[in-house]
Amino acid sequence: MITIALAQIDTRLGEVQANLDKHLARVEAARLEGADLVIFPELSLTGYQLQDLTPTVARHASPGDDVFKPLLAASRKLDILLGFVESDDRHRFFNSAAYLSQGEFVHVHRKVYLPTYGMFDEGRYFAWGDQIRAFDTRFGRFGSLICEDFWHASPPYLLWLDGADVLLFMSASPGRGLDSEPALESARWVEHVTQAYASLFTSFVGNVGRVGFEDGLGFWGGSTMFDPHGDLIVRAPYHEESLTLAELDLEQLPRARARLPLLRDERTALVYRELTRILGADPTKDPREET
Amino acid sequence: MKKPESSLEINPDLARKILTGFIRSETTRTGYPRAVVGLSGGVDSALACLLAAESLGGANVLAVRMPYTSSSPDSLEHAALVIKQSGVQEKTISIGPAVDALLVEIPAQDRIRRGNVMARTRMTVLYDQSAAFGGLVIGTGNKTEILLGYTTQFGDAAAAINPLGDLYKTQLRQLARAMDVPQVILDKAPTADLWVGQTDEGELGFTYEEVDRLLYLLVDRRRSPEACVKAGFERRFVERVVELIRKNHFKRVMPPIAKLSNRTVGYDFLYLRDWGS
Repeated sequence: MITIALAQIDTRLGEVQANLDKHLARVEAARLEGADLVIFPELSLTGYQLQDLTPTVARHASPGDDVFKPLLAASRKLDILLGFVESDDRHRFFNSAAYLSQGEFVHVHRKVYLPTYGMFDEGRYFAWGDQIRAFDTRFGRFGSLICEDFWHASPPYLLWLDGADVLLFMSASPGRGLDSEPALESARWVEHVTQAYASLFTSFVGNVGRVGFEDGLGFWGGSTMFDPHGDLIVRAPYHEESLTLAELDLEQLPRARARLPLLRDERTALVYRELTRILGADPTKDPREET
Repeated sequence: MKKPESSLEINPDLARKILTGFIRSETTRTGYPRAVVGLSGGVDSALACLLAAESLGGANVLAVRMPYTSSSPDSLEHAALVIKQSGVQEKTISIGPAVDALLVEIPAQDRIRRGNVMARTRMTVLYDQSAAFGGLVIGTGNKTEILLGYTTQFGDAAAAINPLGDLYKTQLRQLARAMDVPQVILDKAPTADLWVGQTDEGELGFTYEEVDRLLYLLVDRRRSPEACVKAGFERRFVERVVELIRKNHFKRVMPPIAKLSNRTVGYDFLYLRDWGS
């Protein structure tokens, strides 16, 4: 049994120190609630629509970084998954998620799908991540994805094949699609796909969204955790900050997979063969990836 | 159950929650947790006033009535109902003397120029009250009038923030009903009240209900004008609305700056207004 705190927060745009203070306060609150892991939304240390602020809020994912130092220290008490702008040594900026535990970086995921259409403009400011890897934690093997990453079916699928039993998503989803329903269309869309992954992959799937406003865009929150049967464990309120606890009974995994042995029966060699055929002789060639 | 594609029905509770959150956030973060609303006696400004009062508390909202000599006396009375209901502070400032001084140069039959002078004089009064009261001017323009350009640039269109600009008039009315805007305001014909007998629908030549259904298809559903004709809208009506949207776009954007340097405001100097807050 693990307890995960979904830290659904508002952020201050471009004010890393203020956001860091809020992170540390939420981590402490989660610890007092008995959480083993606390998850923050996408770009939780910086705010979302950074535009030209992107370079100025970027940090290196290194133990010596002044922003990460107190977070790494806090991660000795409980694990932390948070969002930040990552700079690499060559000054490329990524929309990244860091998993911290026992004072160390366990994993950094760089967003691989940067939405650049409609109201989104991430491809203008960020470099594209090019790895999807599950990682081992003290609770089991996890995977993390950021917002648009999980609108493509392949990243959750790859994490599943890479051994992740708990998929942790982080979002900064601007609310849109007001109609007669009690939740926005954007909220319903995200819940549909998140729940679908839990069912299809017989895995735990959590999503932590943010709240608050950036100019006219309002973020709807509504963080969720689904169990390996696709049933809802918990949903945070819409449009309000909250710290919501989800209890994950990992013993559900063997029961769900006995009932529905999708993982056992997944024909990866067939997928590989067909992908090779579809993509041609050199399936690794992607014009967007660096050489 | 799939809703019909042209449904303009909204959940008013959800809209209310988001819009009060928006007003609270976007005023408070500037350091001015107060608001100023020009109250005309119509449904749009009544709703804006009620939303602002719910967001910030009545004591932190100043409603300003700005009658001209030709304004309908009903406008003042209807605005008074909203002031009472919302518990906001209020001021009544006649724009008569200021407008009359400017109208000396404008022929009586040029109603558009005269109306624009009134709208822009009200803007001047509101922004002055904004400074005096320490509150942001709350815009009252709705999505229908913004798209059609049925608004005076730098006049009624001027505001610090606009909570209503993504609600079509028919949607706005649903929210206004849910927030108990007085029935007499809901029932009367929408008017800019810039000259005696003016009504929005009379001046535009179509009803809000008709044009909102069309705008929803064109804008929200990204349907082509041709598809809207096929869906049953009269071709001339569709063409006129498409043209109104296009030719009034200048009212919806900041004035273009001629680019000379390597970094220019609006093109490659890009920050949200909420930068740092």
